[in-house]
Amino acid sequence: MRRRRRNRLLMVVFLVLGIGVAVAFTLNAFRQNILFFFTPSQVVGGEAPLGHPFRIGGLVAENSVQRSEGSLEIHFQVTDTVNSVKVVYEGILPDLFREGQGIVTKGTLDPTGVFVASEVLAKHDENYMPPEAEHALKAAQTLKDN
Amino acid sequence: MWDWFHRLGSPKYFYGFAGALVPWLAGLCVILFAVGLYLGLVIAPSDYQQGDSYRIIFVHVPSAWMSMFVYVLMAIFAAIGLIWRVKLTAILATASAPIGASFTFLALATGSIWGKPMWGTWWVWDARLTSELILFFLYLGFIALQTAIPDRQTAWRAASILLLVGVVNIPIIHYSVDWWYTLHQPATITKFDTPSIHLSMLIPLLIMAVAFKVFYITVLLSRARAEILDRERKTHWVQDLVRSEQI
Amino acid sequence: MSEFFHMGGYAAYVWSAYGLSVAVLVLNVIAARKRNLNVKREIKKLGTAVQ
Repeated sequence: MRRRRRNRLLMVVFLVLGIGVAVAFTLNAFRQNILFFFTPSQVVGGEAPLGHPFRIGGLVAENSVQRSEGSLEIHFQVTDTVNSVKVVYEGILPDLFREGQGIVTKGTLDPTGVFVASEVLAKHDENYMPPEAEHALKAAQTLKDN
Repeated sequence: MWDWFHRLGSPKYFYGFAGALVPWLAGLCVILFAVGLYLGLVIAPSDYQQGDSYRIIFVHVPSAWMSMFVYVLMAIFAAIGLIWRVKLTAILATASAPIGASFTFLALATGSIWGKPMWGTWWVWDARLTSELILFFLYLGFIALQTAIPDRQTAWRAASILLLVGVVNIPIIHYSVDWWYTLHQPATITKFDTPSIHLSMLIPLLIMAVAFKVFYITVLLSRARAEILDRERKTHWVQDLVRSEQI
Repeated sequence: MSEFFHMGGYAAYVWSAYGLSVAVLVLNVIAARKRNLNVKREIKKLGTAVQ
């Protein structure tokens, strides 16, 4: 009876470990495909697929947003602080879209290296605080920088 | 202590014990929800980036935590059931499944409602959202398997194996935001780190998390009681108990 | 008060998320009670049939 119980325990342990290892290998093999987006550096480095749509994730570069009069067309650069990619988009932007904001955009790279986006999603960070706390943080930061 | 634990394992004793506990837990649950909702919706300040839309966090995050917690608990029941053949494990896991599934649904649905204004989309197939959806299907699979196999013993054993196989999905959900680039942001609260959420928002979040947990235990115990009656219907104590009650 | 219901312009999202949550929680309680009642009724019926 004791023996059988031990065997069942071993069976359960091996089941979970076996599946775990198998899934780990599979996920590792599909690593690239699970990535939701490429970074601007990867795009500049030529790692992104040409010819079919993909996503770029990064920050909207400061002072790069140019809106055009009378249309929804917008130009901006998406950056990972090392490299940046020019993006053109026409459509509705999420509420969080602004300079310095993390975004993920889907589209294709045209031959001149401009990313023609069909969708722009905002990616926010994991920090939650009241506006006053954010002002205080920023003030402290500038104080430190000076 | 060990003796009490053993007695608790007997369905009859558990039925009475759970029945005595449920009203107290239900009362505690109502108080926790009232306090949590008041602090979360009225007292907590709005967020510097997301304004008032972030308040969805107070239902989204607790239900997402519970969706994983309940599944892990069910997998533990499955392991104990497979190794030691304790009757109560099948009862508790079966009673947990619909609650866990509803928490998973809630996590997905409230996340979607939050995603629309903030991210700009109801749904994306990133690793976090996809693995949470798989969790939902695992719950449904467990329920379907239990109902599809007529023999209870066989059904529970098959469902146990599904639970144990599916448990690998839990670390994937948790670490998906660190392992891969996802649209979903990384965890705000981790045990080993100071949370990146202001205290005035953290307190209602934690109270809501406890409220969800107490809610789960309350509903679990009352569902488990029904499950016990169902499975022990041929015993004298159940027959006597049901006969003596007015329905 | 109306500011509270307005939720800084996100009323539709915030309140539908909370409404859905309340609905799911309440349904959980109702389902548990119903199951309890059904099981007892069933056993009672079978119990009297046997005797």
